Amino acid sequence: MITTSIENASRRRFLQEAAGLTLAVYLPRALAAAEAGPGKGAGGEVVGAVHFEPNAFVRIGADNTVTVISKHIEMGQGAYTGLATIVAEELDAAWSQVRVEGAPADATLYNNLLMGSIQATGGSTAIANSWDQLRKAGASARAMLIAAAAKQWKISPDELSVSDGVVMHARSKRKASFGELAKAAAREPVPAEVRLKDPKDFKLIGKRAPRKDSADKTDGQAMFTQDVHLPDMLTAVVAHPPRFGGKVKSFDATKAKAIRGVVDVVQIPTGVAVLAKDTWSAKKGRDALQVEWDESKAFRLGSEEIFVKYHELAKSPGAIVRKDGDPDAAFANSARVLRAAYDFPYLAHAAMEPMNCVVRFGKDRCEIWNGEQFQTVDQMKVAALLGLKPEQVTIHMLYAGGSFGRRANPDSDYVLEAASIAKAIAGRSFGNRAVKLMWLREDDTKAGYYRPAFHHVLEAALDAQGRLAGWRHRLVGQSILAGTAFESMMKDGIDPLSVEGAANLPYAIPNLQVDLHTPKDIGVPVLSWRSVGSTHNAYSTETFLDEIAAVLSQDPVAYRLALLDKHSRHAGVLKLAAQKAGWGAPLGADANGDKRGRGVAVHEAFNTYVAQVAEVTVKSDGGVKVDRIVCAVDCGIAVNPDNVRSQVEGAVGFALSAALHGTITLKDGVVEQSNFHDYAPIRINEMPNVEVYIVPSTEKPTGIGEPGVPPVAPAVANAIAAATGKRVRNLPISAERLKA
Amino acid sequence: MITLNINSKTTRVDAEPDTPLLWVLRDTVKLTGTKYGCGMALCGACTVHLDGQAVRSCITPVSAAAGKKIVTIESVGRRRVGKAVQDAWRRLDVVQCGYCQSGQIMSAVALLEKNRRPSDTDIDGAMGGNLCRCGTYVRIRAAIHEAAKALA
Repeated sequence: MITTSIENASRRRFLQEAAGLTLAVYLPRALAAAEAGPGKGAGGEVVGAVHFEPNAFVRIGADNTVTVISKHIEMGQGAYTGLATIVAEELDAAWSQVRVEGAPADATLYNNLLMGSIQATGGSTAIANSWDQLRKAGASARAMLIAAAAKQWKISPDELSVSDGVVMHARSKRKASFGELAKAAAREPVPAEVRLKDPKDFKLIGKRAPRKDSADKTDGQAMFTQDVHLPDMLTAVVAHPPRFGGKVKSFDATKAKAIRGVVDVVQIPTGVAVLAKDTWSAKKGRDALQVEWDESKAFRLGSEEIFVKYHELAKSPGAIVRKDGDPDAAFANSARVLRAAYDFPYLAHAAMEPMNCVVRFGKDRCEIWNGEQFQTVDQMKVAALLGLKPEQVTIHMLYAGGSFGRRANPDSDYVLEAASIAKAIAGRSFGNRAVKLMWLREDDTKAGYYRPAFHHVLEAALDAQGRLAGWRHRLVGQSILAGTAFESMMKDGIDPLSVEGAANLPYAIPNLQVDLHTPKDIGVPVLSWRSVGSTHNAYSTETFLDEIAAVLSQDPVAYRLALLDKHSRHAGVLKLAAQKAGWGAPLGADANGDKRGRGVAVHEAFNTYVAQVAEVTVKSDGGVKVDRIVCAVDCGIAVNPDNVRSQVEGAVGFALSAALHGTITLKDGVVEQSNFHDYAPIRINEMPNVEVYIVPSTEKPTGIGEPGVPPVAPAVANAIAAATGKRVRNLPISAERLKA
Repeated sequence: MITLNINSKTTRVDAEPDTPLLWVLRDTVKLTGTKYGCGMALCGACTVHLDGQAVRSCITPVSAAAGKKIVTIESVGRRRVGKAVQDAWRRLDVVQCGYCQSGQIMSAVALLEKNRRPSDTDIDGAMGGNLCRCGTYVRIRAAIHEAAKALA
């Protein structure tokens, strides 16, 4: 056992206050159950509503259920299961008695400890920031249950043990379930100090704990925002301007209002909303709407013009992000210089559930139902719009049908759009009805907030002995943080999200420079997209390094390892992936003009290290089939190894979609893609075999939602180069350029 | 009024005949397990069974469903194949965000109803219309094989 004191005074106070609140919290629930009458509350009486709430994260009911309150959204990444595993482990609960519930929006209780004072999910931080917090929460509850049993049995707490949700006294064979002890435990003081388990005693962490959301997600019962139906709720579909920065000049709603089921048509800051009794009526209403747009301030460049600008900017140095040694001298004295330039397109998140939000706005109160990833920001933005205090904005966090960053927007775009509609109808007779904003797929694809397009130029200086003496990396692309409430994270005009994965290049290169241009005149809204800066920086750095190794006739794995002397975790995953992939063993022979190749990439993102080896077949028509990807992961302690594997498998699918097909292009400011025919994720036939291996570790756990993404595209591109000798420098991969 | 047979229950709905079955199921009947993803039969999230055939309800007019047996994710587990597929999905923890999975399961059940021992190529053929943005395809494939084994 490890003894951990709860050092943080404010936290101790919080725990004590939370215990003090227990009665206050469960009494209203008891009343509600009583008011519901017999048969409505558990057992038809208030007893079912008696809960033991030792802190903000655990609630144990008299019915023996352990409810873990998740401050993080479940959007596929397995947070509900992982967070519950941590609590259940320290509590010694039986996994089958554990349920998970989404926390309300309340940053005083549920802030992300890696983001300061805000409640939010992102940056693969859910497990990392909750690890200590939830271990202590589980251990506190366990200690209080033991204390309650000890008192009842008049035994020293030291003589009691807990297993599978039962407190036991071995000598007298007495036992009591958590449910039986809940009421008494609620009267125990919250311990100032808790003992955490020695990791060797873990029963759930590092083992298999099945997902808590599998049942509901396989029989149609899981509740997504799209599934919310409130009494009298209206559904809104919005006509948006065709170009970013466009506004409504005028509109004619006559035909729209004639559609059966349409209730009203209102102008909002982002367009014109058609409100109807259901989605189909609202859509038909929007189709019938005539809107004239004011595009005097609209953004009108196309992708080609944007890249021309970026290429021009790349001719001069940008803001210095990192400078080691004397890069200019290294290049001046070099025997050979290699150079490669890369273009990365805009990418849409294209979550399967298009953005949507339900809002009910009443006097002094606004209620939101949303796949809520950014509670504090959304709460503040909505409050400001509606003239409320943030705490008057209640948020119900529902499952999100994917997000990949889209639902964590500093601009709160779609949430504010929903709130704007509620505000616009507030004075009408039906103004207090809930409104569900539904974006159709086309709205979602064209709405912006894309992964920013980037242009990179990389240069390497090789000295007379063939050593990599200098490295220059220039990036051009829009900032995600500039102009948002998070702009203070930028230093000297440099957005860390633009350069992550480039500025922290791990390779031992004595003279190194990274610089950045951040164009401010591009009116395309941009946002974090699963693994953020690493989506492009892992690609350019890992393919360029591979190219250097090839020029030097060095083995790509051995060459990397030689430069990773001081980075044992990078080296660890690289060696493991290479070994499991059979690196160096011959691949099956080329046939029918097909060429086969194997490529590798390694990258750290969000303190998780991932190496991948890809095997590809390039057909004579240039088509690329990715056959197999072997992944090695070091994410510290793997709380739920099966979920780690699942996330990395999924990351392969997600990243391949971008590498093989993903591009959002603009023409005269209009986004050219609209739906899955022209913005196409991969389908099952394009999914390779994926193997995931986890490096055993005793380090604290780090995230796994995003870090599987960055190495995929460079590993595939390096495999293509191994097969064909052709370097892919523009994404997505073009079959045209790979034709034999 | 249109009379529908949804999950073995006769249901009368007030809807324009050209309304896609998807929206009648979701907004009128409030069976929300069937999802909207694209509205153009591109993603398969809206897959239901019409007389045992997997169809995309987002492009199926409700009038075309009248007189046919409609089965949705909410009741597919009542039959042996549906139950086997759901069980396999749960044993392997296929789901991530879960949004596409109703459609994936409906397509997988339709496949296994016709073909109890599908090859990988059969699976690619039957499941090619169902997108998963989380990339759960590896486990979808494994779960279909697992369900096939359980049904053998």
